[in-house]
Amino acid sequence: MPETNYNPEMAFFVDMQRCIGCHACEMACAECETNGQESMIHVNYVNRAVSTQTTVQVCMHCEDPTCANVCPADAIHQDDFGVVHTANTSRCIGCSNCVLACPFGVPKKEEQAELMMKCNMCYDRTSVGKKPMCATVCPSQALFYGTVKEIEEMRPDSVPVNSFKFGNQEVKTKVNVMMPKGTHTLIVE
Amino acid sequence: MLRLFQTLNRVAVIKATIAVVIVGFLVLLGSRDLQNFDPALIAYLIGTLFAVFGIAYRYSVWLQRPPTRLYWRRSMNFLFSKDFISYALRSLKLFFKNIIFQRFIAHRSKTRWAGHFLMAIGCLLAFAITIPLTFGWIHFELRPGDDVTYYAKVFGFEAGTFPLGSVQAFVAFHGLVWCSILVIIGSVMMMKRRVTDGGLIATQSFSEDLLPLILLIAISVTGLGISYDYTFLQGKTYQFMAVTHAIVVILWLVWLPFGKFFHIFQRLAQLGANLYKHEGERRGMATCEHTGKEFATQLHVNDLKTLTKDLGFDYDKKDGRNHLDLSPEGKRSALAKAHFEARKESGKFFG
Repeated sequence: MPETNYNPEMAFFVDMQRCIGCHACEMACAECETNGQESMIHVNYVNRAVSTQTTVQVCMHCEDPTCANVCPADAIHQDDFGVVHTANTSRCIGCSNCVLACPFGVPKKEEQAELMMKCNMCYDRTSVGKKPMCATVCPSQALFYGTVKEIEEMRPDSVPVNSFKFGNQEVKTKVNVMMPKGTHTLIVE
Repeated sequence: MLRLFQTLNRVAVIKATIAVVIVGFLVLLGSRDLQNFDPALIAYLIGTLFAVFGIAYRYSVWLQRPPTRLYWRRSMNFLFSKDFISYALRSLKLFFKNIIFQRFIAHRSKTRWAGHFLMAIGCLLAFAITIPLTFGWIHFELRPGDDVTYYAKVFGFEAGTFPLGSVQAFVAFHGLVWCSILVIIGSVMMMKRRVTDGGLIATQSFSEDLLPLILLIAISVTGLGISYDYTFLQGKTYQFMAVTHAIVVILWLVWLPFGKFFHIFQRLAQLGANLYKHEGERRGMATCEHTGKEFATQLHVNDLKTLTKDLGFDYDKKDGRNHLDLSPEGKRSALAKAHFEARKESGKFFG
């Protein structure tokens, strides 16, 4: 990677309950130069038949990424800052292992292009000290990029959590989810 | 130094050594016990043998990784099954479409495809010319009493003749000139992307992304220098041109197994992934319990459950299900529902 001004003090905080399903983040995500005009963020209804609840999902940048581990082509790379980058285009063979193994359901397979793509936290922006596109446009602050101090002041009754349990597997991530105070892990059954 | 040898992968060393021995044997066979081998190309031969060792070594280590091994075994089993003919034809078709013509890149960008195709086809044609020449498999000769006809020999057998000074001779003996032109045009197109695209500038590295293009351009330009020298300079700078070209090519050959160019060999795995998907579709699809829709082949989901376990991940749930049974959308919704429940239990949805 080239020399960067990536600021390790800055962090990503997601609060899915604040998502209003406006899709502004999707539009902004498509402006990220590392995606080539493809939106990598996911906004979907949780269960449209019974609720209007929507959810938003960025790459959580796992500390030990399952996607990179299951990649047969060594195409997914985690940098020194913990950012898990989208597939190396010369290596990715489009097998979809990462798409199906990611516990958060993040990577997308571009079928015709035989390529996996995913959010890399707007590396073109974050590497020069700017905020990711999605976080700059989210009107409800379901997506927030800033310091821990800032989020603690904004959300006094919440706490950032970066530990998740999927079945027997604990997954730790770079990106945080805002949870009620006293929570240490988000358990997904 | 001793530590380096101790950390080498023994299986890979054995396979790479076998590959070098086989190539060495083919050189002896094809050049008729080195009778047709051109000693001027000895440095290129040594560089190529090193590249063969390195590529076979890295390929072998790569195949030992659990996910790669899985795809390799599965695709070989499917290919060499009762459906061999249909799968072999399918793979052959895909080989031309995606390996020779790299059509999948056109779906990423048409200009990018054009640049990559020119570069790749130039390189592949250059391989097709230089490797048989370096190994002594092809050579040309003039015969006593006939100094106007070239005799082309392949593996020591006569394979054709053409008159000196003919169009055919011009095209054949300038083959590498045409390749160089293709590679230079393609490399410049790809280089333009790398210096103008903001996303690439942020994520690329010199050794992985720029150096390969610089090396390709250097090889092509120094190669053109040799032709330029004997065409326009009466061979006055031949030593300089030939040595410069040899140094760049040998550097490239030595680096071939370790750098970006290894993707040329990795790309073949795309054919295996396609067979795997096709066979999986024939066996049946997995349905997501959340969306109620088919999202992948059941074979793939089952294999990934085993693979993730082999890699130290355990997504099994207490009720016997597995988190990987959910589609990507199902997983996102499961996370959102868990988050909703946690907020609900706390009595505050926001804050």
